Amino acid sequence: MRRSTELSTEIISKQEMKVIIFQLKDEEYAIEVDYIQSIERMQPVTRIPRTFPFVTGVMNLRGVITPIIDLRKRFGIEEKEIDDATRILVISKGQLEMGMIVDGANDVIDIPIEKIEPPPEVIGGKEIDYLRGVVKLQNRLFTLLDLDKVIA
Amino acid sequence: MVENIEVNEILINTEYLDLFIDESQEHLQAINDNLLKLEQAPHDRSIVSEVFRSAHTLKGMAATMGFEDLAHLTHNMENVLDLIRNDKLEVNPSVLDVVFLALDDLEAMVTDIASGGEGKRDVSEAIKQLEQIENRNANDVIAPSTKSIESDTDLQTIEQYDQFERTIIEQSFEQGYNIYLMKITLDPQVVLKAARVFMVFDVLEQIGEVIKSTPVAEDLEQEKFDSDFLVTVLSKIQMEEIKDRILNISEIDSVDIQGVEVGKLSSSEEVLEEQVEVKNVEMPIETVKPDGIEKPPKQKTELNKTIRVNIERLDVLMNLFEELVIDRGRLEQIASELNNNELNETVERMSRISGDLQEIILNMRMMPVEQVFNRFPRMVRSLSKDLNKKVNLQIIGAETELDRTILDEIGDPLVHLLRNSIDHGIETPEKRLAAGKPEEGTVLLKAFHSGNNVFIEIEDDGSGIDREKVLKKALTNGVVTEEEASKMSDQQVFSLLFSSGFSTADKITDVSGRGVGLDVVRNTFESLGGVVTVNSEVGKGSVFSIQLPLTLSIIDVMLVELQNEKYAIPLSSIIETAIVNTKDVFNSHNQKVIDFRGKVIPLVFLKEIFEVPGSQLEEESYSLVIVHKGNKVAGLVVDSLIGQHDVVLKSLGNYLKEVFAISGATILGNGQVALIIDTNALIK
Repeated sequence: MRRSTELSTEIISKQEMKVIIFQLKDEEYAIEVDYIQSIERMQPVTRIPRTFPFVTGVMNLRGVITPIIDLRKRFGIEEKEIDDATRILVISKGQLEMGMIVDGANDVIDIPIEKIEPPPEVIGGKEIDYLRGVVKLQNRLFTLLDLDKVIA
Repeated sequence: MVENIEVNEILINTEYLDLFIDESQEHLQAINDNLLKLEQAPHDRSIVSEVFRSAHTLKGMAATMGFEDLAHLTHNMENVLDLIRNDKLEVNPSVLDVVFLALDDLEAMVTDIASGGEGKRDVSEAIKQLEQIENRNANDVIAPSTKSIESDTDLQTIEQYDQFERTIIEQSFEQGYNIYLMKITLDPQVVLKAARVFMVFDVLEQIGEVIKSTPVAEDLEQEKFDSDFLVTVLSKIQMEEIKDRILNISEIDSVDIQGVEVGKLSSSEEVLEEQVEVKNVEMPIETVKPDGIEKPPKQKTELNKTIRVNIERLDVLMNLFEELVIDRGRLEQIASELNNNELNETVERMSRISGDLQEIILNMRMMPVEQVFNRFPRMVRSLSKDLNKKVNLQIIGAETELDRTILDEIGDPLVHLLRNSIDHGIETPEKRLAAGKPEEGTVLLKAFHSGNNVFIEIEDDGSGIDREKVLKKALTNGVVTEEEASKMSDQQVFSLLFSSGFSTADKITDVSGRGVGLDVVRNTFESLGGVVTVNSEVGKGSVFSIQLPLTLSIIDVMLVELQNEKYAIPLSSIIETAIVNTKDVFNSHNQKVIDFRGKVIPLVFLKEIFEVPGSQLEEESYSLVIVHKGNKVAGLVVDSLIGQHDVVLKSLGNYLKEVFAISGATILGNGQVALIIDTNALIK
């Protein structure tokens, strides 16, 4: 009896969050899996003139015109050629639907919420508001994104 | 389990609620229309009966759904209508005002219910006024006032026969049949009304022939009745036995049965006076129209079988269909490459069928503008009263159809334009008489098809727009400069009314008020791909003309190429395409222009505007698409013209809301996306 009570308290305290891990340059980022509608391979994207520089264009996603942003450009990381690993994370949040180009996406993991730490403060650096926190699991470090801010 | 049942109940309720809202709105509209008709023809009893029937059904529905205020008010309204129906109350504007007041309340309650409310409203004022009318009459009436249908024991006040039915009745009687008129009342708790009705008819058909039912069979099948209905049956069997047989069916509350006295049916020579009488109580029923042309509107539903479909489902269908069209494009391409006869034939057939399908799907979204127009007569009535003006609103072409999504948007701006015509266009009766015009002003609301467009025009025979006054105001407001003003055509001056600088200023009211808020009107129509123009002659009147596309989702475009990028230009804004030699291009203050049919027009280099990557080649000639925005013309320079296509217009989504000069996108045959150019943004 005692054991099971202990176990249940342990479960309650260990609330977890399912995230998709994706690669950008040499870092790993995480987004809650609930927002991810699908993960697509790279497809032809039609450029849209005179919009934000990080907006790559629009893509035909099964009959729906879907805007695509380049996450590298969004985060100010240097550009990279599209290769076999390049993926488009299709996000659906409320009325918003869009795709984000990332270098690769290959992992779905559960992270304990208690493990989320506030993003590291950078003294003298640019203030970045689209980070929700960082998670350190074993010897991997994930940066958790605040999706609202990324797509705003 | 318990949860499941609850969920089910909620589902059923919401399902009924939607139905209730739809039908209530229909009935309210019918009451509204008929009351307006009644005002024109106050002695036409058939109109009153129509109104009464709608009100009665509405009351029943409201009571069943538990909307007490709604049912209560309808009941009071019904009482007043009943007085009119029985010639105990004269129809006059003041009575109608009260009924309209009640109708306003009813509409507000239904709207409240539709938006998720409980349909509660303080209706005491309307009820008080209705009751006053009732009481005023009660004193004058010697005979007890007729009760409403459900409490009526005298079936003859409800049922009436047309000439055809009377002939059948007479002939059957001669052949020895009995003719019974019966009211069958179902148990109010009955779950499947239609099934019970079916069983009743089943029994009746075993013993004789049903020649008439009220409501008509179709409405009965669709459960469009409260709890009772009337049937007229020819039979050789005795009354009591029929009654017993019907009562044997479960959930039948009562059967009220009477024989129809055939001998007293008048001969055909006296059709005008013709009355059908019932044995028990010898009271005349409503006179039947001699021509037989005027049918009760219920027969309309008989001719027009419809089904309600949620617009979202049609959108899904449309999306799926677009997918199919795209695949069709691919198939066509493959077939032409493989050049296999059988494949070619099949693909051709498929193309033809999907073409037909496309038309059908588009047509499903089309609705008559009547849906919007039918609320205007009422508005005009009250507005002309408020303003002490006499206005006759004429509606032409209400059957013209438009895409549902457009239809939903045009109501408010049209109200605005109509108000404008009546408020500022039509003069007061005194002024009109002094100007030698008829006392009553006319506002003509007209809708018609022309090519791929629908036109809506609002024409008034009022005072017209004073060009000089408008110009003066535009100058003081800084909307135009002195120099511009001197060169403007009448058309251009009138279109100033729609500029935003015009609407915001209060001072404008002295320019006959025209222009207040008209910029909003124009914006709404333009967002629907429409064009608004105005024409006017001082002293004679004005015409506001709106050109709208038939549908928003499919447009005719010219596909063009800029380097490797493809863009679509809506055909509606294209005048023509042309190729000009670079030698014929001139410079005017650093702006490249050409002489196009005697007019100097600017060139717009799309590659520069859209920052198309790639090197600029020096070319000998330019491919041009000549486009217009109102009277202004410009030439868009492109690399090459691909051709004309029907494309499905899609939005860029919520993320990319305002992209300069791009109004949307479309998916091409190869699955790629082409952007649609908003030429209006390119011409200043």
